[in-house]
Amino acid sequence: MPADTTLKRTESQYVGPDGQALPLRDRIGDWIFPPKGAERAPVDLSQRRIYILPTAAGLLFAMTLALMLIGSINYNLGLGYGLTFLLTGTGVVSMLHTWRNLAHLRLRPGKTEPVFAGDQARFTILVENPGRVTRHSVAIRFGEHRPTHFDVEAGSETKAQIVIPTQRRGVLRPGRFRIFGTYPLGLFYAWANVELDLSCLVYPAPETGDVALPEVHAVFGPGDATGIGEEDFAGLRNYRPGDSPRRIAWKTLARSDVFATKLFSGATGTQLWLDYAETPNSLGLEQRLSRMTRWVLDATQGGLRYGLRLPDREIEFGSGDAHQNQCLEALALYRATNR
Amino acid sequence: MPQSANLSFANLSAILLSIVVVMAPHAPHVPKWTVAFCLIGLLLRVHAGLERRPLPARPLLFSFAAVAIGGVLFSFGSLFGRDSAITLLLAMTVLKLLEMRSQRDINVTVVLCYFLAITNFFYTQTIFTALYSIGAAWLITGTMVSLQHQAGPARFLQVARTSGLLLVQAVPVMLVLFVLFPRIEGPLWGLPRIQNSARTGLSDTMSPGSLSRLSLSDEIAFRVEFETPPEDAKQLYWRGPVLWDYDGRTWAAGQRITLSSFRYESLAPNLRYSVTLEPHDQRWLFVIDLPARLPRGSVLTRDYQVISFRPIQQRLRYSAESSPVYRAGTEALPAELKRALALPPDAAPRTRAMVRQWRELGLSGLEIAQRVLSIYREQPFIYTLEPPPLRKDPVDQFLFETRRGFCEHFASSFAVMMRAAGVPTRVVTGYLGGEINPVDGFLVVRQSEAHAWNEIWTRDEGWVRVDPTAAVSPLRIERGLATAVPDTDPQPMLRRTQLEWLIELRHRWDAVTNAWNQYVLGYTQERQTRFLSSFGFSNVGWQDMVITLMIATGVIIGAFAIGMFVRLRSKKTDAVQKLWLRYCSVMAARGVVRNASEGPKDFTQRVADRFPGLRERITRIGDLYIDLRYGKTDTPDKQDALNIRELRDHIRALYLAASSPAKTP
Repeated sequence: MPADTTLKRTESQYVGPDGQALPLRDRIGDWIFPPKGAERAPVDLSQRRIYILPTAAGLLFAMTLALMLIGSINYNLGLGYGLTFLLTGTGVVSMLHTWRNLAHLRLRPGKTEPVFAGDQARFTILVENPGRVTRHSVAIRFGEHRPTHFDVEAGSETKAQIVIPTQRRGVLRPGRFRIFGTYPLGLFYAWANVELDLSCLVYPAPETGDVALPEVHAVFGPGDATGIGEEDFAGLRNYRPGDSPRRIAWKTLARSDVFATKLFSGATGTQLWLDYAETPNSLGLEQRLSRMTRWVLDATQGGLRYGLRLPDREIEFGSGDAHQNQCLEALALYRATNR
Repeated sequence: MPQSANLSFANLSAILLSIVVVMAPHAPHVPKWTVAFCLIGLLLRVHAGLERRPLPARPLLFSFAAVAIGGVLFSFGSLFGRDSAITLLLAMTVLKLLEMRSQRDINVTVVLCYFLAITNFFYTQTIFTALYSIGAAWLITGTMVSLQHQAGPARFLQVARTSGLLLVQAVPVMLVLFVLFPRIEGPLWGLPRIQNSARTGLSDTMSPGSLSRLSLSDEIAFRVEFETPPEDAKQLYWRGPVLWDYDGRTWAAGQRITLSSFRYESLAPNLRYSVTLEPHDQRWLFVIDLPARLPRGSVLTRDYQVISFRPIQQRLRYSAESSPVYRAGTEALPAELKRALALPPDAAPRTRAMVRQWRELGLSGLEIAQRVLSIYREQPFIYTLEPPPLRKDPVDQFLFETRRGFCEHFASSFAVMMRAAGVPTRVVTGYLGGEINPVDGFLVVRQSEAHAWNEIWTRDEGWVRVDPTAAVSPLRIERGLATAVPDTDPQPMLRRTQLEWLIELRHRWDAVTNAWNQYVLGYTQERQTRFLSSFGFSNVGWQDMVITLMIATGVIIGAFAIGMFVRLRSKKTDAVQKLWLRYCSVMAARGVVRNASEGPKDFTQRVADRFPGLRERITRIGDLYIDLRYGKTDTPDKQDALNIRELRDHIRALYLAASSPAKTP
């Protein structure tokens, strides 16, 4: 089935570049300090929350200093001692700088727009620097995903955008993240684990390919017997056997050899049920929701009034973006494993 | 292979510049091909960076490495040893640059730069070197900072400031470590013999012209710090190589025999002092005649030379004690006396003929010496730095023809005459006098003070010093070289006594250099102990030093941490808040005091009701304040700045209106 392969491709595309194994350091850290759930915003990174360890570059630097010291002793280089100790001091001081670069930042969750499964969820974390020193190259990373680097000027706030690929519909809670930095010299790695109340609503991925809207089953309100309004042209859909020949878009047929049916909306307009029960049982839950998502999108685009029927929920007729979002949310959350 | 994507050209340039800066001082003393090799490598890297070209493939790099190793083997014959190791290190750094792909490669390259900076100290450790190295450290650290800017390209000034700040903040830690880190007496492993081609200094041979050439050098031979200042430092004889063997032209030291103990009679109080000797690649140490207590790590020879166990290849500080007036050597061995009488059979025939008759007169050794000295005194001998070259027998030609000579001519001819007259005589070389630097009180002895004199042996007195130069030029002994030689003689520029300001300047600079040498470069285990005991810490073990070191470092870091975290607190009152407070105080002056619980909206309403004439302005102030303070959370923009200005203007207008009594309602 073409839809199936499309979805698989999407998955592999987003898992690839980010899917590195979590560093041992992080895994040990998670083992010692297990996540405790979302904290109340704003989260202030107090000194006590920030951990610091030398990096690989820091160890290399220390090794070089040791070599320089041995050389200075052996060749009795007074200036060698001087330079070695100056660099030692620089390294030690840089540890303080690395630590300070994170200290007392204030973190709040920002708004997150819903996305379709397979798209990138964009989380916003508002990072406020109330102090008088600019913070450089601070990074936020969720799990094994690629980190986002940003600066925070003194006395200001930066919106850090963190992109996480989504795979399944439902609510994506990225959970605990790590804010870290190695500025200014890269010799030390300071970090803090923070969990904010972040979530992203993930709609089912709309089915691709040729998907026809369901047949009109019931007509409410004033309208003619056929139930199809004729006031306003609303769009085209593929011709299906049974459609009135009056509504075939002959011009389109002449142009592109495609049988299409004109749709109209209006006071007597089309009112459409998008019903879960109408999707073939053979597709399985996710595929059926995928199809319904496509329906919702197509219906909104076509300017139709539609309602949504799920086995445990019914959304009344409506139209417009707010209605669409309500329907999509219902689809996203219907028997979702991650809510 | 792909070029590392995360290395911007700016960062690459910073790395390249760092490498150039640390490599440049090596250019004069590495083989020429190394310079070309490094330049080509750097240019290749610049090209690859500019054109976004891939770096050279591995086989090419291997052949480059082979060229470098071959070159080192060709130039030095070995891969080990100081100079060949440094040459190899330079070449390998450039190669690393050419295969710099990952973040790890970049780290290694930058850290290598620090290491290269220290290798320069093998060759020079002056104050200028120190300043240059600090500049290099600043650049390399800046490169590291720039590499850490991951949110966007770094601004030059910002990086320069951060790098400088890190170095400045490192200074207290550096000082603590420098003073308190337990100094270990090197070397930890055997020092390779360093072949330094030509270092200025005395040698253990003397031929006509050798000392006068040396006298043209202004270089410092050693500096002396006296514990008990001598009455006249100008008359101190610094004993160096003693020369016994004469081949008709050149005097040589010959075989040295060490002496375990000897008897001498001290006729004056001893002098105690410390000498800081500049490296001269020889093994003798200079000590005032006659050494009474030897420096550590040295032995005494039968002719009272102090010989170090190792060649002096680094600046060495040693303390010694001397007896300036003495009687010694009465127990001389017959073999020694025989050596002190030997002359080549064909040497100086005219001189020997002249002297031979004195032997029959039955004079004592000292009387004969007086006779010889009177020759110098009575005949027109001239003491000069520019003696005419002697081509025939040097002693004969000097005594009977040219009669112009420097101390080696006098010492040599004196010894030949005395030996011909049957008095055991030897030549002693060394330095005479020196110059007290009024700035720090050190006695500075330069190569220009090189001198040669004689010792004759008599049964009663032992070895007695006779300085024939004193006979011809008493000024040399009393006042120093500059006044003793003719004005027309070329002299070291700094010796010219006319330029008073230059002398002053030289003294000052020399004192600075000396302090640098003594306290920075010469901060050895011994000095460390002495320095710490001057604070009342005696018998400080290395454990105590390490503990103190850690505590002191901890205190410094703690102080920095506190200072840093203070700056993290937000300013309690920002500009908007300040203006609002000012507005409140203006209103308070007009009789409307804001209640603590009163919000800006209510307060504005109340003020506006009280002063209906000002309603418009007061409402505007309230709106502006509320907008600025509570309006949005975004970063301040241009509109905010305009609003703040407007708010300020309104409040100022109110204030001015309040201060002019006419308008007060």
